Amino acid sequence: MFELYRPGDSFLHRMRPGAKLLALAGGGTAIFLLPGLPALGAVMLAVLMIYGATGLGLGAAWAQLRPVLIIFAVLFAAQVFISGWMTGAFFITRFATLLMLAGLLTLTTRVSDMVAALEHGLEWLRPLGLNPSKISLALALALRFIPVLAQITSEVREAQRVRGLDRSIIAIAIPVIVRTLRMSDAIADAIEARGYNPDRP
Amino acid sequence: MLSTRDIVSIALFAALTAALGLFPPITLPATGVPITAQSMGVMLAGALIGARRGGLALLLFAVLVAIGLPLLSGGRGGIGIYFGPTAGFVLSWPVAAFVTGWLFDKHRGQPHPALSALYLIIGGIGVVYVIGWTWLAVMNGWDVAKTMGYALPFIPGDLIKVALTVVIARGVRKAIPNL
Amino acid sequence: MTSATAAISFDRVSHAFGDKPVLRDISLTLKEKRIAIVGANGSGKSTFARMINGLQLPDQGRVTVAGLDTAKDGKAVRQHVGFVFQNPDNQIVFPIVEEDIAFGMKNLGLKKPEIETKTAEMLARYGLEGHRTHPAHLLSGGQKQLLAISGVLVMAPEVIVFDEPTTLLDLRNKMRVAEAIEALDQTAIVVTHDLDLIAGFDRVIVFDDGRVLADDAPSPALARYVEAMTGV
Repeated sequence: MFELYRPGDSFLHRMRPGAKLLALAGGGTAIFLLPGLPALGAVMLAVLMIYGATGLGLGAAWAQLRPVLIIFAVLFAAQVFISGWMTGAFFITRFATLLMLAGLLTLTTRVSDMVAALEHGLEWLRPLGLNPSKISLALALALRFIPVLAQITSEVREAQRVRGLDRSIIAIAIPVIVRTLRMSDAIADAIEARGYNPDRP
Repeated sequence: MLSTRDIVSIALFAALTAALGLFPPITLPATGVPITAQSMGVMLAGALIGARRGGLALLLFAVLVAIGLPLLSGGRGGIGIYFGPTAGFVLSWPVAAFVTGWLFDKHRGQPHPALSALYLIIGGIGVVYVIGWTWLAVMNGWDVAKTMGYALPFIPGDLIKVALTVVIARGVRKAIPNL
Repeated sequence: MTSATAAISFDRVSHAFGDKPVLRDISLTLKEKRIAIVGANGSGKSTFARMINGLQLPDQGRVTVAGLDTAKDGKAVRQHVGFVFQNPDNQIVFPIVEEDIAFGMKNLGLKKPEIETKTAEMLARYGLEGHRTHPAHLLSGGQKQLLAISGVLVMAPEVIVFDEPTTLLDLRNKMRVAEAIEALDQTAIVVTHDLDLIAGFDRVIVFDDGRVLADDAPSPALARYVEAMTGV
C-alpha cells in the first residue's frame, strides 16, 4: 500500500496505535499550552531527539515541514507584519513542533494498523446507532479503489493527450467520473453477490 | 440507513477526491495562487451524490488522510495535517460537501447553471472560507474579521473552480441522466 | 468439495428495462454441469445470468434455485450460486489479496482459523501464494480474475455463474481462466462471446432478442448461432 509509513522496530513502531494517538493528543495539547519560545524550543529539541532515537532521522523530521514551507513563510511574514518578530517565531515554532510530533505517529504506524485501531475504537459508537461494519467496508473500498481511480485518471489523460486535452480538467474529469459512477453499480452488485448484508448489525 | 450502493458511492467519491489530488496545480496568472483540482472533489460530491453521501465521502477522505495516506495535493497526509495552520480547510470539506449537496438535493434533476453556481459558491466557497480561515485566524491569534480580508485573493481561483464544476457536473449528468 | 447440483429453473420469465423487453417468456431448467449462454450484445443473456443469483429479479415469472425463489429467498440463493463478473476490478473489493478472499467467508460467518485455511488452499490452487499480502491492484489481469474466482469459490457454492469472464483478458490469461473453469467441481454457467471456451460444454443456449434461439450440444447450437448472426 502506498503510505507514509517507514518500516522499523523502534519503541514507537512497537507501541499500539491507540496508545500513540493518546500520547499525540496529550503532547499536542501540552504544546498548545506552552507559554514561551524557550519552552517550545526545548520541546522541539526533544521531538527531534525522538526522530534520532527511533532511527527515522532528522531528514524524516525535515520532510514533515518541507511541503508546508511556503505556507509557513507566508504566515511568518503576516505575523511579523501584524504583531512582530517574536510572535512570528513563536507561532511558526509551535506549528513546526506539532507537525513533527504528529509525523512520529504517521511514520511509525502502518495504515492497516490504524484501520484496525479505528475499527476497534468504532465499536464504542455502536450504541449510538453507528454500524462499524459499514465503516470498515467503506474504508476498505476507498483503499482498494484509490489506486484503481488513479489508474483510470492516467488512462484518460493518456487518451486525451492525443487530442491535446491532457491538461484540461474538464476533458479528464468528466470521463473519469462517469466511469467511476458506472463502476459503482457493478461493485455494489459484486459485494451483495458475495453475501454482504448491510443491515446485519 | 446506508445501503450497499450508498457505501460504494461514498467510498468511490472519497477515492475520486484523492485522484483529483494527482493533478498538478494550475497557477493563476497575476496572483500566483495555485488552484488545486482536489477541492473540486468537495463541490462535485455535493453536486452529484447529495448531502448525506457527499458529506460522508469527504469525511471518509479526511479520515484516510488522518490515518497516514498522502492523499492531499502535493502528496501531503498524515495526522499532522490536523495540527497545522490549514487544518480548518480539510475539516471544512465534509461540511461543505454536505451543505452543497443539501442545496442540490432540493431539486429534482439538476438546477439551472446559474443556480448551481450559486449553490457551489455558498457550499464550496462560503462554508470552506468560514471554517478554514476562522481556524487559521484562531490558530495564529489573529482577528477573524481581519483575516477574512487576506482570503480575498483566493476568491478568483475558487470562482474558476465553481465554473469548472458546473460544466463537469452537467457533462456527467448528461452521460448518466438518472443519477 | 460439494458437487451436488442445485437445479435452476426459469418459469415463464419476462423482463423489460423501461419499455425495452430483454427477456420474453423464458422457461428453462438448468442442471447440466457445464452450460454456456451465448448471444449478441443486448440479446438478454446477461440479464438471464444475473437472475440466477437474484442480482436481477424478473418482472414476471419465477426463478428458483434448489427450490428457493430468488425473489423471496435472495440470501439463501446466494449461498448456492456464486457470481463472477466480467471485470475483476469491480469484483475485488478489498485492498489486500487475502482480505478480499476472506470477505465472502466473513459474510457467511466462518471463524478465523477456517478462513485462514481456506484462503491458503485457494491461493495455492491458483498459484497466488506469493501474493497473499500484496495489494490486489498490482496483480495482472488474469491473476485478478483468478482472485475474483477464488473469492467466490471459498464460499462453496454449488453453482457458479460467470459473466464474460475472459472478455477483458489477453490470450495467455484467457487460457489460464479457461483452465480454471474447466477444473471446477461445481456447476458452471458461463455467459460468453468466447466460442473456444465452451467447445467441450454439455449444453449451449443461444439467446436472440430475449428469446431462446437454440438450446443444444455445442456444435449444433453454435452452428445455428453463426447461421442466425451471418444470415448464411
